[in-house]
Amino acid sequence: MKYQTQKIALIYFAVALALFAVQVTMGLILGWIYVSPNFLSEILPFNIGRMLHTNSLVVWLLVGFFGAAYYLIPEEAEREIHSPLLAYLQLGILVLGTAGVVVTYLFNLFDGNFLLGNEGREFIEQPRWVKAGIVIAALIFLYNVSLTVLKGRKTAISNILLLGLWLLALLFLFAFYNPANLALDKQYWWFIVHLWVEATWELVMASILAFLMLKLTGVDREVVEKWLYVIAALALFSGILGTGHHYYWIGMPSYWQWIGSIFSTLEIAPFFAMMAFAFVMVWKGRRDHPNKAALLWSLGCAVTAFFGAGVWGFLHTLHGVNYYTHGTQITAAHGHLAFYGAYVMLNLAMFTYAMPVLRGRDPYNQVLNMAAFWLMTAGMAFMTFTLTFAGTIQTHMQRVEGVDFMSVQDQLWIFYVMRFGSGVAVVLGAYILIYALAFPRREVVKPGPVQSHKSAETPAE
Amino acid sequence: MSDDTDPETGFYALPGDLMMWILIISELIVFGAGLMAFMAVRLTDPQGFTAAQGHLDATAAGINTIVLVTSGWLAALAQRAGAAGQVARVRLLLASAAALGALFLWIKMQEYAAKSAIGIDFETHPFFTFYYLLTGFHALHVVAGIVILALVGWKATPRNLEVGTAFWHMVDLVWVLLFPIIYLLR
Repeated sequence: MKYQTQKIALIYFAVALALFAVQVTMGLILGWIYVSPNFLSEILPFNIGRMLHTNSLVVWLLVGFFGAAYYLIPEEAEREIHSPLLAYLQLGILVLGTAGVVVTYLFNLFDGNFLLGNEGREFIEQPRWVKAGIVIAALIFLYNVSLTVLKGRKTAISNILLLGLWLLALLFLFAFYNPANLALDKQYWWFIVHLWVEATWELVMASILAFLMLKLTGVDREVVEKWLYVIAALALFSGILGTGHHYYWIGMPSYWQWIGSIFSTLEIAPFFAMMAFAFVMVWKGRRDHPNKAALLWSLGCAVTAFFGAGVWGFLHTLHGVNYYTHGTQITAAHGHLAFYGAYVMLNLAMFTYAMPVLRGRDPYNQVLNMAAFWLMTAGMAFMTFTLTFAGTIQTHMQRVEGVDFMSVQDQLWIFYVMRFGSGVAVVLGAYILIYALAFPRREVVKPGPVQSHKSAETPAE
Repeated sequence: MSDDTDPETGFYALPGDLMMWILIISELIVFGAGLMAFMAVRLTDPQGFTAAQGHLDATAAGINTIVLVTSGWLAALAQRAGAAGQVARVRLLLASAAALGALFLWIKMQEYAAKSAIGIDFETHPFFTFYYLLTGFHALHVVAGIVILALVGWKATPRNLEVGTAFWHMVDLVWVLLFPIIYLLR
């Protein structure tokens, strides 16, 4: 750790990991409700559990991004963060807001209250006071990191990261506009989470990946930056109009079918470019970085994002296909693998890279971390396949044959059981990973014969 | 690390800036996909498409083709003048190219106004959905191209001129693809 204020990232990562645990645990409960629909139906209705599952996901990813920014901005700008106090204040506001959200959702407090009640819009259900808090926290964050970058060295990585973070904060302002017309409401609603994941978060992802590649492979900054600009351009070019693949279904004009189909098909390009980038950097790399787990997560992120967001997205993006598959388990399959591959794995790659440095135990307990990688990734892949098959059957029975929703759900039971099993693997993997990142104090696994032989052949530089 | 960082080979031998070429290729993919979708949907209703096409003014679009290609020629001359360091000539040529771009837009507006006057809009027929989408999206690129020509005329370095005129030629090229397929093909 070169700069003292990078330490700020540690507490952000800790909060993110705690929420990650909440998110996956809630996911497991929901998975069981699919198998046994009356489970907890009185005390934790499915819709509440789903809100907690999705909201905690988005919040922990964002907290992770903030932490990643606090970690990498000092190294990129070559100076300390402008104000550590503001950074802790920002986190305090976010944690208070999150706690408020959980309590409000669970007990449905202040229902209907303008300021305190659940607002009832999927993903942006937060009561208005929490939304205001999120804006204040975002402003503090942007002020803090922008000032740091302005006073220090400006690099492509920090520029693209800041561009992504600024745009995502600005887009959140649509959360305050809730027109009575349902189609209009949905239109502005779509500008938030979906322009996040299909455009601005991709910028954040590309810049964090670029930072990791720079550190882990030792490739020249000039080469990394060239790739980064190309990826960012592709992401914005395809993503902004690609989000239009949703618009026809919420009541916007029919020409969106074509705009959405064409541009969203191109959304595979930035993800392919990120995957190519990660592998080319590793092949060209001249540095054998000891943090193998961070490299595994980085490459895994690029690959899984390509499949989850790119391939599984393309699978049902053309409107002729989506006409049948809209809102079936195909969507759930895509949602799970895309969020996991693109943004969960990105955060975990950053945590895996930064935590050993932050905790002064460079690098440690790699094997447990990598075991968690394989357990979680395999579990998530299995879950994706299961839900894809379930979705295919559901599409055929419900949308083609016209069988009613609940009868179809009965037929999908076996898939939901298998999905629950894969969910158990993911959640176990997550717990192991959190343990591996947060608790062990020393390296516990000695290098095996292959690794020792390799290190003997190529002595460290 | 030898071949692709050498300024004279691979991607780096392209005139202008790599990012512009990525944009140009992306644009060509989008318009290409749009035209392919148009042709595919046309197969489902050839009579309807031909009838709808009868409402278009192929003469105005033909004039527009001449206008835009001439504008591209002026932009190419500007780029050459830039390489020779004649800044005043560059600006005159680019202003003429941009003026022809504006003329193209004016003719296009007349065309849209005539359609609108007889009640043709996006929803009238799939033909018109594509007609408005493709030509409208192209017209937006003409607007963007005029802005870009103004910018590179202001900062008239040879490299900037390469970047700006490459974009303008792409706008030309797309029109030359749209014109026969939408207006003429029967």
